[in-house]
Amino acid sequence: MRFKHVFSIIGPVMVGPSSSHTAGAVRIGRVARQLLGRQPEEAEITLYGSFAETYSGHGTDLALVGGLLDFDADDERIPEAFAEAERLGLRFILKPGSAGTMPHPNFAKITARAGGLEVSVQGASIGGGNIEIYSLNGFDTGCSGYYPTIAISHEDRVGVLASITGTVSRSGLNIGFMKLSRKERSGAAMTVVESDRRPDEELLEALRQLPHVEKVSVIDVT
Amino acid sequence: MRFRTLNDIAEICREESLTISELMILEQEKETGQPKEEIVARMAGYYRVMKEAVRKGLETETKSRSGLVGGDGRKVNEYASVREPSVGDWAGKAMAYALSVSEVNASMGRIVATPTAGSCGIVPGVFVSSQERFGWVDGKLVQGLFSAGAIGYVIANNSFISGAEGGCQAEVGSAIGMAAGALVELRGGTPEQAVHAVGLALKNTLGLICDPVAGLVEVPCIVRNGLGAVNALAAADMAMAGVRSVIPSDEVIGVMLEIGAKMPSEHRETALGGLAQSPTGRKLTERIKAAKSSERTSG
Repeated sequence: MRFKHVFSIIGPVMVGPSSSHTAGAVRIGRVARQLLGRQPEEAEITLYGSFAETYSGHGTDLALVGGLLDFDADDERIPEAFAEAERLGLRFILKPGSAGTMPHPNFAKITARAGGLEVSVQGASIGGGNIEIYSLNGFDTGCSGYYPTIAISHEDRVGVLASITGTVSRSGLNIGFMKLSRKERSGAAMTVVESDRRPDEELLEALRQLPHVEKVSVIDVT
Repeated sequence: MRFRTLNDIAEICREESLTISELMILEQEKETGQPKEEIVARMAGYYRVMKEAVRKGLETETKSRSGLVGGDGRKVNEYASVREPSVGDWAGKAMAYALSVSEVNASMGRIVATPTAGSCGIVPGVFVSSQERFGWVDGKLVQGLFSAGAIGYVIANNSFISGAEGGCQAEVGSAIGMAAGALVELRGGTPEQAVHAVGLALKNTLGLICDPVAGLVEVPCIVRNGLGAVNALAAADMAMAGVRSVIPSDEVIGVMLEIGAKMPSEHRETALGGLAQSPTGRKLTERIKAAKSSERTSG
């Protein structure tokens, strides 16, 4: 079943005008914010396909910036997101990407920076406010954003995955989906873990203490 | 979920003496593991947002982002207070409220997607006007939203609810079916009558294309929401009177799928056909694009 329950039909509560061009866009922006783990100081947003064609009339640009400010899809500050960004010290550039073969007609790439850290997100808005995250920091992650997700940057080493799953299972959290992606052998890697509920701070701290783990973020835009 | 079709819903309700909304709440509890109180409280919050959107649309200046539309809900509401609408006072209200909510959506206000943002006016238009008319308490309408949700769940999983996939029949059409079926339950009709209301309503929107001017959720979407609310009232009345959908409602949903799958992409939310490509539709698109690029160079 593509639609799982009553609130995928009645809902979400959102700021208009389009569930895919506005509500979904807020969520993609918010993924970048949460991956960074703090308020970004600079962001570069590239729009593709129908996002690039109709962003202005749908407020897709405001929605993506609102997401970078950690607004939810129903936050009534979204129409004023640009002014809010200025007030909060977020500088951003918004530009259309070259028309090429993007995996989805409503697609955006975001790079966000703060305090020497940089993250990047590629995501699509797939309808009804739902999103699909194609990549995090250039790693092919393919997660849905439907569930609270832990994103773990680590080195590609023997035993890292086992120590992550062991730590997660000891905390009593059930793993619904997980994926490990690496750029090259023994280089940088990223593991995403989707779960039914939001991980607590204790678990996140335990994950951060694991050998070869560099950064742990929680993405929760549901 | 124990049901996949509207016929399943009618049968389970008959065998277990449930209303459609009661069945939906039971199944939602099982699917999510959340207690009933939590589920109902969430829906009650959604109904508050719907009522607030009706009020906002009637009381404030709603102007869409492109400047193309706004204020029509208020116009219809004011007209209805000085002249008797030809559709009758209460259908006039339903129409005014549905237009208002859709205009709030187009002006980046807060709404509930039912089932989508493009069709978000129809269910609140029917529900809020009926509440005023019959003096129902909020809780009754919150219950009714579960019955609308059950109907939408069946349509969405057997056909579609997005204009990009199946045209406007999938968005506005689904919303009319959901509102009509739910209204039958709210007015004391049987689950079987509610299911017939869905089929009666959907037959009237089969083939409706999605052709928004400049790709925006404005023209003709808002007007279709206003007219959709009136159609929902009419379909509920026919079903309550005993009119049956000769083609069973589940088969009508199947036909919606067949038509949507064959619909050319020009007529599925791409703005490459239909009203979007009428002479005026093209002119307005150019104007909006020009305004956008001057905004970009000046900014």
